[in-house]
Amino acid sequence: MKNSIGVELPDNLMNQYHYQPFITTKFDYPEISRVAPVVRINTNQSKVVDSLDDLIKENVKDGMTISFHHHLREGDQIFNYVMQAIINLGIKDLTLAPSSLTNVMNEMVIKAIKAGTITNITSSGMRGTLGKAVSRGLLKNPVIFRSHGGRARAIATGKIKIDVAFLGVPNSDEMGNANGMNGEAVFGSMGYALIDARYANRVVLLTDNLVDYPNTPASINQTQVDYVVKVDQVGDPTKIGSGATRFTKDPKELQIAQMINEVIVHSPYFKEGFSFQTGSGGAALAVTRYLRQAMLKRKIKSSFALGGITNSTIELLNEGLVNKIMDVQDFDQIAATSMRDNKNQQEIDASWYADPFNKGAMVTKLDVVILSALQVDTSFNVNVLSGSDGIIRGAIGGHQDAATAKLTIISAPLTRGRIATIVPKMTSITTPGASVDVVVTEYGIAINPQRRDLISYISKIPDIPLYSINELAEKAVDIVGEAQLPEYFNRPVGLVEYRDGTLIDVINQVKI
Amino acid sequence: MEIKKTVIAGTLESSDIQITLSPATGDNLEIELESDVLNQFGNQIKKVITETLQKFQITKVHVKAIDQGALDCVIRARTITAVQRALGQTEPAWEEL
Repeated sequence: MKNSIGVELPDNLMNQYHYQPFITTKFDYPEISRVAPVVRINTNQSKVVDSLDDLIKENVKDGMTISFHHHLREGDQIFNYVMQAIINLGIKDLTLAPSSLTNVMNEMVIKAIKAGTITNITSSGMRGTLGKAVSRGLLKNPVIFRSHGGRARAIATGKIKIDVAFLGVPNSDEMGNANGMNGEAVFGSMGYALIDARYANRVVLLTDNLVDYPNTPASINQTQVDYVVKVDQVGDPTKIGSGATRFTKDPKELQIAQMINEVIVHSPYFKEGFSFQTGSGGAALAVTRYLRQAMLKRKIKSSFALGGITNSTIELLNEGLVNKIMDVQDFDQIAATSMRDNKNQQEIDASWYADPFNKGAMVTKLDVVILSALQVDTSFNVNVLSGSDGIIRGAIGGHQDAATAKLTIISAPLTRGRIATIVPKMTSITTPGASVDVVVTEYGIAINPQRRDLISYISKIPDIPLYSINELAEKAVDIVGEAQLPEYFNRPVGLVEYRDGTLIDVINQVKI
Repeated sequence: MEIKKTVIAGTLESSDIQITLSPATGDNLEIELESDVLNQFGNQIKKVITETLQKFQITKVHVKAIDQGALDCVIRARTITAVQRALGQTEPAWEEL
């Protein structure tokens, strides 16, 4: 069976996992049912427990699904602590369903797979040693990759049924009222964890900061929480996020940023009340700076900035150039602490942000988004999951979700070292070309031919070379030469879902 | 021709390649290659090094190449420089460039 972008999907896999092939980025108005978690009624005066081991013994059984969030990023000290305890207790055959996996978790996941503790994984992505190990076939069952919106959908519709969620928080009271804004391990918005708190059968908060009851503002509240566990440290603040995300000085990235800015300000979407999402890539961050100048010059204000937030977005908010920040996660300390102090910086959960199967996610109101790419093919499809060697080394994040914006710009250097970014054939497909409008490289830009309407706006811009995507791919190969494509075994190690839960690609085990 | 001393050309900076030539242990060209893009360009890098050495009629040498994503022109230039250093040539070998 083939999906609409021509990917061959093995029938046995489609049947085994009950998948439909990816067809379109557009949805009608289907009705779906949300599931409800099991609630164990609790009338205790305090939910604080001393022994994590006893809690795990009582609540985690063979074959269950457990979850974590990744808001603590490379500073996370919860995941390894909890997983080690679970491995020690000899529990087997778990499905690991975190919002994403960061490098600091890699060795523990590998250990848990080897111990038989983890036999299934669903995640936004994975990198480093874990990505390499999984690409080489360490895990028997394929990893299911879902976008942030796709994960929210899968949880709400019961495709992922979380038995126990272990959520690290920088503060909580004895009943489980908690937020991400106060304490040593502050990370700001806990947008991804809020879904787990709402839908998991058991919710365990782990904190190094027990505060007086009742704790407000409560992003997660006591009606959702079963246990509160006191730990020594939730996260290393220096590794959760940098103090302030720095602007790039890389001339290539600045060149790309300048061109992206030109594309945006010449587009019909750059007008009073426009909305945007930039993410945390080097070029994308620099765009915010150029955009600021253009907004001041044209006296235009933005209605909202969306997604992962950095200090550069906060500056626009404080300057009054952005009315609201709709914040699902914060990438630096300034953004994280700003949410506590500024009522115009609204914490939103992953469903509100990007879930395609609710009554309206923020991404449907998004005008302009700048997204990155590991590879872009000549049909404008984008890969953010696997490298040119076929090894998994990335995460979908909100890529598929935000790409549904009215103007989706992919920021991609034509080459990275000797690796071409614009290629005839990618190692895997994450986001369909149907939702990608413009690709910007340091050499020039390509417009998706399906967006003829944009050509008239963008061709007016002086000094921006306009190419076809094929020309960009040829230019790349002229510079770096013809790369050898990876060889694969006929054995799936990753299933890439589109945000609506259809199958967009299958990643096979690499022969290296 | 064989290489009888050890010479180095190139650096470990990104997009460069460091070529070290030393006397061969066997009777052939031996290439020991480390590269971040070994899977994508390993064969191509070896081919460029081999062809460049052949132009100098070098048939017996051990090559250690540490590649940081160098393009073919860089690989060729570093290999030529290494060979010329090994042969004590100081004038550029224009016909090889």
